[in-house]
Amino acid sequence: MNARLLPLAATLVIFLAAYAVCYAQYPAMLSTRVIGNLLTDNAFLGIVAVGMTFVIISGGIDLSVGSVIAFAGVFIAVLLRDTGLHPLAVFALLLVLATLFGAAMGATIHFLEMPPFIVTLAGMFLARGMAYVLSIDAVPITHEFYDQMQDLYWLMPGKGRLTLIGGLMLLVFIMGGILAHRTRFGMNVYAIGGGAQTAALMGVPLGRTTIAIYALSGLLAGLAGIVFSIYTSAGYSLATVGVELDAIAAVVIGGTLLTGGSGFVAGTLIGVLIMGLIQTYIIFDGALSSWWTKILIGMLLFAFIVLQKGLVWTTAKRRIAGG
Amino acid sequence: MNGLVLFSRRIWPQLLTLAVIVGLISVMFPGFFDISIANGRLYGSPIDILNRGAPVALLAIGMTLVIATRGIDLSVGAVMAICGAVSAWGITEGYGLFPTLAMALSAGLACGLWNGVLVALLGIQPIVATLILMVAGRGIAQLITEGAILTFNHEGLIFFGSGSVWAIPTPVIIGVLTGAIVTLIVRRSALGMLIEAIGINLRASTLAGVNTRVLLIAVYMTSGFCAALAGIIAAADIRGADANNAGLWLELDAILAVVVGGTSLLGGRFSLIASLIGALIIQAVNTGILLSGFPPEFNLIIKAVIILIILVLQSPTMRTVLVFFSSDKAAGIDSEKQKETVAP
Repeated sequence: MNARLLPLAATLVIFLAAYAVCYAQYPAMLSTRVIGNLLTDNAFLGIVAVGMTFVIISGGIDLSVGSVIAFAGVFIAVLLRDTGLHPLAVFALLLVLATLFGAAMGATIHFLEMPPFIVTLAGMFLARGMAYVLSIDAVPITHEFYDQMQDLYWLMPGKGRLTLIGGLMLLVFIMGGILAHRTRFGMNVYAIGGGAQTAALMGVPLGRTTIAIYALSGLLAGLAGIVFSIYTSAGYSLATVGVELDAIAAVVIGGTLLTGGSGFVAGTLIGVLIMGLIQTYIIFDGALSSWWTKILIGMLLFAFIVLQKGLVWTTAKRRIAGG
Repeated sequence: MNGLVLFSRRIWPQLLTLAVIVGLISVMFPGFFDISIANGRLYGSPIDILNRGAPVALLAIGMTLVIATRGIDLSVGAVMAICGAVSAWGITEGYGLFPTLAMALSAGLACGLWNGVLVALLGIQPIVATLILMVAGRGIAQLITEGAILTFNHEGLIFFGSGSVWAIPTPVIIGVLTGAIVTLIVRRSALGMLIEAIGINLRASTLAGVNTRVLLIAVYMTSGFCAALAGIIAAADIRGADANNAGLWLELDAILAVVVGGTSLLGGRFSLIASLIGALIIQAVNTGILLSGFPPEFNLIIKAVIILIILVLQSPTMRTVLVFFSSDKAAGIDSEKQKETVAP
């Protein structure tokens, strides 16, 4: 089997095994209701994790996404409260803003040759600060269009609901997969992750691609913010603190190398679902405390990183042996 | 004497920034320099900056060494939470002050050992290796406190957060002492040079006979130890261990302090004193924004803008541009030389 596929396969096996364990203890876990909720509850995380996958495959990191989600929520809530704009117009405005924000970070990283870690860290402070400036208090969203969107769902067999936002997440994953594996842009992202200098020598437009990667991450963070505001019907500047870490963890559990150059968008979906499954199990169990989520995710992260390390090591050895 | 000149040349941008920020605050808030003594302890805004800045300064000491090896330690905030939880747990279980402190410090060293083993023995990238403990660490801390905020009333432990020695707050003394001891150890021996060698080229240093594994583990353990000290101070300050909020995002502040201090994230060069000044700059910005009466919601924006300005000025591109536009070519050579210099 292709060694590149092994982390993805391992993720899938762990997900199925974990689901089997859950099912053995709580047969209700397999109902479409639980599955529908799993998709709905993790929709915003999944969408933002797609953007993070691109950033990480390119060898970068984006710490600003959690703050951008919070900013998006507050921005939407405040605009809907204070102006007569239709939510769709507000969404469009927000997506443009979020994309420009991401593009600006990408441009700073490329043109000033600064590490993505520090640039997006400043972006994280900036976006959170903008959210505070708009409103410190939580702003409820009461618009009939929101009620309509929340009532939109497809009733799966077994009375499970595939909600609008759950479906949107799946759509984003499909689009992300196509973008990563079937387009020139996707190839460029992989090439940059494999080695920026080599990529530049091969004719990959470094600047344009870097800016596009962070713009995409910003756009998806904005979209995740919209989804989060539909999910919670409110905008709050202190919401989604630390979501960037969850997204990074999901990407790594999904089998993407943090060194860049290798990974799959589909793996990230499974990574998000594994994290959601752990939470669902802890809720089902009732006796386990919530902090076990963090410890279990940490242990999973460790297992995957060691697995990836082993893979890289064995393939390198084989390559040397093969001449 | 020559060393002193080089040294002052290395840290003057940081000192200048600090002076400008303090100057701005004192213009906007005239009572800034008022220092008084009450209850045998110094009070006043400058003292407050030193006191509040002590945990970040402590973290920055360990972080500087880690970054000098071309690494990064994302886990220090979580380690603070763990060590705060251990110290609160130890004191409430009645183990006494010194056993409790020993336990908390060993917990920090153990966390550092874990990170160090992952980085040095398994060869995992530092940002990933320390991410594990960053994610799991708060869970572990909550496991120790069992989800609650453990409070305590032990005078001996509280002394580390709000006590004072000769009118100087204890956190400041701990910070200064740790900084001085670590600086002496790394700069009066070859250790500092070896750490820089690892940051420049790990393989080459190994081949040259540097015991890189032991040294890397020791560096991460130092970072864990500093985080433990900061965690004890933070817990003692609020007289309780808050697993969720103790040291939250302080790893980012510590990294910023190091970067603002002029230590490159690419490793190979470091200055502990510049990092400590960096920590003071960040705390001065925080305190300054509060004092000068800006609405608090602007804090993060102002902080982000200041960080961006400092970083843009330090970025390699900007340096090239400056050298290119300066009519005096000697200045360019001079700044190139400056790149090579190492603080004593």
